[in-house]
Amino acid sequence: MSETIWIIPLIPLLSSVTLMLFGSRFKVSQIGALGVGSVGMAALLTLLLAAEFMQNQQVIQLSLWTWMEVAGFAPGISFYFDGLTLVMMSVITGVGFLIHLFSTEFMEKDPSYARYFAYLNMFVAAMLVLVMADNLLLLYLGWEGVGVCSYLLVGFWYQHNANGHAARKAFMVTRIGDTAMALGLLLLFTELGTLDIQTMVGEANQTWQVGDTVPLAACLLLVCGAVGKSAQLPLHTWLPDAMAGPTPVSALIHAATMVTAGVYLIARTHGLFLLAPTAMTVVAVIGITTSLMAAFTALMQTDIKRILAYSTISQIGYMFLALGVGAWSAGIFHLMTHAFFKALLFLGSGAIIHCLHHEHNIFKMGGLRTRMPVTFWSFMIGSAALAALPMTSGFFSKDQILLQAYQLSDIGPGLWMAGLLGALLTAIYSFRLVFVVFFGKANTEPDKDTGWRMAVPLSVLCFLAMVGGWFMIPVTEVFPVGDGSHPAHWVEYVSISVPIFGVLIAYLIFYSGRLKIDGLANSGLGKSLGQFWLSGWGIDWLYDRLFVRPYYGLANLLKGEPVDAIYGLIVALNQTFNHWLSVAQSGRMRWYLASMVAGLILVITLAANLSEGVL
Amino acid sequence: MDGLNIPLNHILLVSSLLFSIGMLGLMIRRNIIFILMSLEVMLNAAALAFVAAGAHWGQPDGQVVFMLILTVAAAEVAVGLGLVLQVQKRFKTLDMDRANRMQG
Repeated sequence: MSETIWIIPLIPLLSSVTLMLFGSRFKVSQIGALGVGSVGMAALLTLLLAAEFMQNQQVIQLSLWTWMEVAGFAPGISFYFDGLTLVMMSVITGVGFLIHLFSTEFMEKDPSYARYFAYLNMFVAAMLVLVMADNLLLLYLGWEGVGVCSYLLVGFWYQHNANGHAARKAFMVTRIGDTAMALGLLLLFTELGTLDIQTMVGEANQTWQVGDTVPLAACLLLVCGAVGKSAQLPLHTWLPDAMAGPTPVSALIHAATMVTAGVYLIARTHGLFLLAPTAMTVVAVIGITTSLMAAFTALMQTDIKRILAYSTISQIGYMFLALGVGAWSAGIFHLMTHAFFKALLFLGSGAIIHCLHHEHNIFKMGGLRTRMPVTFWSFMIGSAALAALPMTSGFFSKDQILLQAYQLSDIGPGLWMAGLLGALLTAIYSFRLVFVVFFGKANTEPDKDTGWRMAVPLSVLCFLAMVGGWFMIPVTEVFPVGDGSHPAHWVEYVSISVPIFGVLIAYLIFYSGRLKIDGLANSGLGKSLGQFWLSGWGIDWLYDRLFVRPYYGLANLLKGEPVDAIYGLIVALNQTFNHWLSVAQSGRMRWYLASMVAGLILVITLAANLSEGVL
Repeated sequence: MDGLNIPLNHILLVSSLLFSIGMLGLMIRRNIIFILMSLEVMLNAAALAFVAAGAHWGQPDGQVVFMLILTVAAAEVAVGLGLVLQVQKRFKTLDMDRANRMQG
């Protein structure tokens, strides 16, 4: 198996190319079989690989061929496989397979069925390349590949102008981060002479001391790339808009896998970050700020997918916090559990949207508990895991992150408190969603319940979201191990009780109605604060004023080509003179003569005047 | 010959008047024949100036140049009238402006 891991990304890639070239000739069932089958095959092979890895713990380094060789720079098409790669591959192929299966029912009626699966398979292939890459350049290839697929899938229903706009926004905002990341790669190559991750980290440890400037700059540039891809402040604005794509796409790309690529990147290059403690602090602060900001925003949203989008941003903020405080394995653990429960929630919302005539507003739903039982239980479990209620998967991972954050000196307790506030808000908004959508009065009748191709992925993900916390991810070899000390017990108790308290608040407000917040929400301050949160802290507005409008203004200014106007003036002058001259050459003898006489008189007068002066 | 002692200035004045009349005719007339006639007037004005100058300084050169101008004028009229005939034949008019074929 170890020599053939390259097959795993190849299968979805081949399937994608086949669908792109011949998709229109296949029947719907054939397209579905090919699209789902290829990812299923990849998942199966990953499972075999995992079984083998569990036995021998063998790290695989496989070099296929040299990509290019320019002046000592020779990145290879080579793969690196260890525990971290295994976790990522399992999430991508496993969750990816379930979402593909779900899509066969969700997208059944769509005329571009083949195109959809072509893109989705292409995404899986690119994401696998990203996590399996041995050097940063190949990683960058996968990184850009998933960006392109994300663009194509957000704008999948391109007939609507707004979708195309959202796709372009997603592509461009992440491009800002990607450019910084490319600069980071260039800096690392100039300084260390290699982009092979393992060699590079080894070299870095020999070349630099902890706290040097160069690794700090390189790390910050990498963080910029990660921030763009993982939708963290200040480049998070694309993710809520990316919900314009089909819901399974939101589940796979914009919740479970692609957006966590930034987390993976930082975890993969953690050897560099250990040399730059400042960069780690920056990561932690970005993470916790984003987490809180997004949690407040999610409280006010009414579109079911936007709530989930902001909760994704918030949860990735937790992962960044984990990476920033050096809790690498906790961050990756949260990445995995988050992939389970967020995919579950997104697929659940997809099922609701599918069965409710494409309704997105949660206040137009209601009372779905008895009508869509499978979806209801999916949402209950998913929200419980999201809110980190005890014994669910989210609980174990988030608890680890918060406890390790608390142990950090100086800012640790502060980060912990902020994290707790975020956890409280998470519990409130996720159970607000559950209570509003599934309880209370029914506002829209579903016209059908989910079919088996939706129910099976939901059930499997329910199971994973419940028990995912008991998995032991095999990353102990990859990351440096902490000292294993635990904070005082009361810290743990507080961490456990806060989400429960949040659920209680949500229950009192949105279910029993015992806690009245209408008065508070309608007061002047409450209203403006709510509006502020609803708009995502006005960041879109700010960017619109700061970047978009000045750019449009500049474009408008340059549309008239002011520089060309100078050259245009020369042309116009020449043309005028030419016109005058050509008018003078009229062929009229008398006119020539008159001008000659006039000239003669002028010359004579001048000569006479001059000679007078001389005399 | 004493009685006929006209000052040079007077003759030059007549000469330049004649020249101006010729030039004016050249400028305002459109008929080719009149243009040729105006040219003749101008040539003769110049010739008069030469003769007068020759008489004033008692030199024969003035007379010589006059003979040259006379010949040139005769040749010019011969060619000019030939051209006039051609213009009349081709354009059915002697108006210079209407015979103009330039687009400028």
